[in-house]
Amino acid sequence: MALVQIRDVYKTFQRDTQRIDVFTGLSLDVAQGSFTALMGPSGSGKSTLLNLIAGLDRPTSGTVRVAGADVHAMSAAQLAAWRARHIGFVFQQLNLLPVLTAYQNVELPLLLTRLSKQERAERVRVALGVVALDDRIHHYPRQLSGGQEQRVAIARAIVADPTLILLDEPTGQLDAKSSQEVLTLLQRLNSEFGKTVVIVTHDAHAADKAKTVLHLEKGALIERAAVGA
Amino acid sequence: MKIPLVYNVRSVLQRPVSTALTALGIALVVAVFIGMLALASGFRTALVRTGSDRNVLVLRRGADSELSSGLSRETASILAASPHVATGADGHPLVSPEVYVLIPLPKIFDTTQVANVVARGVSDRAWTVRSNVRVVAGRKPESGRSEICVGQRIVPRFPHTGIGETLRFAGRDWGVVCHFAAGGSAFESEIWGENEQFMPVFRGQVFQSITMRLSDPGAFDEAKRSLETDKRMTVDVHRESDFYVQQSQLLGRLLRVLAFLITGIMAIGAVFGAVNTMYAAVASRAPEIGVLLTLGFHPRSVLASFLLESAIIAAAGGAAGCLFALPINGIVTSTTNWASFSEIAFSFRVTPGLLLTGLVFAVVMGVLGGFFPARRAARVPVVQAIR
Ligand SMILES: Nc1ncnc2c1ncn2[C@@H]1O[C@H](COP(=O)(O)OP(=O)(O)OP(=O)(O)O)[C@@H](O)[C@H]1O
Ligand SMILES: [Mg+2]
Repeated sequence: MALVQIRDVYKTFQRDTQRIDVFTGLSLDVAQGSFTALMGPSGSGKSTLLNLIAGLDRPTSGTVRVAGADVHAMSAAQLAAWRARHIGFVFQQLNLLPVLTAYQNVELPLLLTRLSKQERAERVRVALGVVALDDRIHHYPRQLSGGQEQRVAIARAIVADPTLILLDEPTGQLDAKSSQEVLTLLQRLNSEFGKTVVIVTHDAHAADKAKTVLHLEKGALIERAAVGA
Repeated sequence: MKIPLVYNVRSVLQRPVSTALTALGIALVVAVFIGMLALASGFRTALVRTGSDRNVLVLRRGADSELSSGLSRETASILAASPHVATGADGHPLVSPEVYVLIPLPKIFDTTQVANVVARGVSDRAWTVRSNVRVVAGRKPESGRSEICVGQRIVPRFPHTGIGETLRFAGRDWGVVCHFAAGGSAFESEIWGENEQFMPVFRGQVFQSITMRLSDPGAFDEAKRSLETDKRMTVDVHRESDFYVQQSQLLGRLLRVLAFLITGIMAIGAVFGAVNTMYAAVASRAPEIGVLLTLGFHPRSVLASFLLESAIIAAAGGAAGCLFALPINGIVTSTTNWASFSEIAFSFRVTPGLLLTGLVFAVVMGVLGGFFPARRAARVPVVQAIR
């Protein structure tokens, strides 16, 4: 069974008199252990899709199942707990709490677990090590570069060992070199640690690293297997 | 508490000016609140300290104050012979039949303003019956002479009250021969002379009250019953401590009600200040809230976090308010006690309990002011907040 099962999802935004139908009967599977790049023109619904998978937004109709759970049938409390356990999310920007250090930001998801202080410290160190930021542990976000900030956000997304890592244009604000670093990192997470990754990107290089590339075009999917890996 | 406190503390420090202003508003309310309650507490304490539970105060039946009472010499001797009265070291009963009048005296700061001061004519026993009274300067008035002893709270407030000076009232000149203290009680706002000297110049051959020491303080009910049922006199017997507590109640309660009313109105302003600050904080930190919710923090944790933040600001304000209020502790002020129509001087009393109440009040204001903004924070729509 696929990790993510999207079945016949409709999503409509109503703004004043204007009605925007983003999805009209979208169905999609994301397999466990896959690395999927989601591409498509601006406004095609990529962010909306990611938000539906993470339970941050509700579909107008249809079902979204992730790791066996019907995401939109859960109460707010269940959803919060579910998200803490299964989802690591990286936004395009504004990921980090500016008043907390890199360490404290990465530790946040672990505060929702039963891990002891030492166990948390160990995990945070490992996660920051994976993103090669061992030497920036006690820096504040404003003392980090854009690429470093995104890597901290990725460390935070993986620190609690979630089932699924979702990234919405994580390299959108980065230069070529930084975004290359981030992508290489994601590839490692997928191949070495077996993490399931879904990344929204406009970057063709990024798509090259993925095993599966999905093209969204006006709410409809065009699937394509990636060439490289 | 899942969202770490350090997040709130650092966020608060990020906006020092608006935080400080909000805290200052709360500080002012708390300072006024403590100040007014310190006034009420000081007034009440002065009267509570006045009465002793070992003494009884006898008034004419139906009289609700010493002013409206009148007792004959015969009543005084019946009471002195009662077995319920303790005897002093010299074998005489500890009874003080007293003359109680109000005399108008001009105040020292503004001599056009006149205050009613209690002039109490006492027997020589009074100094023993009232065990908290003690001469602090000079010597006691001698029997048969126009001499007075002035309570120490009066001395700085009225002219001609220094030792060696002459105070004129009731058509006579009275030599001031001593000052006395009485443990901060209302007696310190009185002028004492000999009852036999005061009687002829005031109301003639009547005493207003008779105070006496009980031989057995536990037997008050029995003493009260036997004295009130004595057919030779018509008197009410009060425990002295209860009598003065009773006197403090009318004005004491009013002061408290005023304190709550005035600070209540001020508190509304301070709470709106907190509401404003917290709404601004929630609005500017919406993306951060979106991140917290995305990470899986429960909306209730977000609510608690912002409530706590508001409470922290308020508690800081409350602590500042306590500091503002502390210096008034011990400052002497005066008012007319409505139960006796006389001027009574007393000091503000800022007690630890009062400070704690002020702090709790501050936190309550913070929580009230933080509630709606915190609820908005908990309901931040993640998708919009992150866009
Ligand atoms: N909250 C909203 N209210 C109204 N319309 C919305 C809302 N969110 C998204 N939309 C609309 O839904 C459509 C899909 O938006 P979405 O953000 O998913 O696009 P996207 O593919 O992520 O685009 P981009 O590449 O620019 O990020 C757009 O037309 C957008 O205007
Ligand atoms: Mg988008």
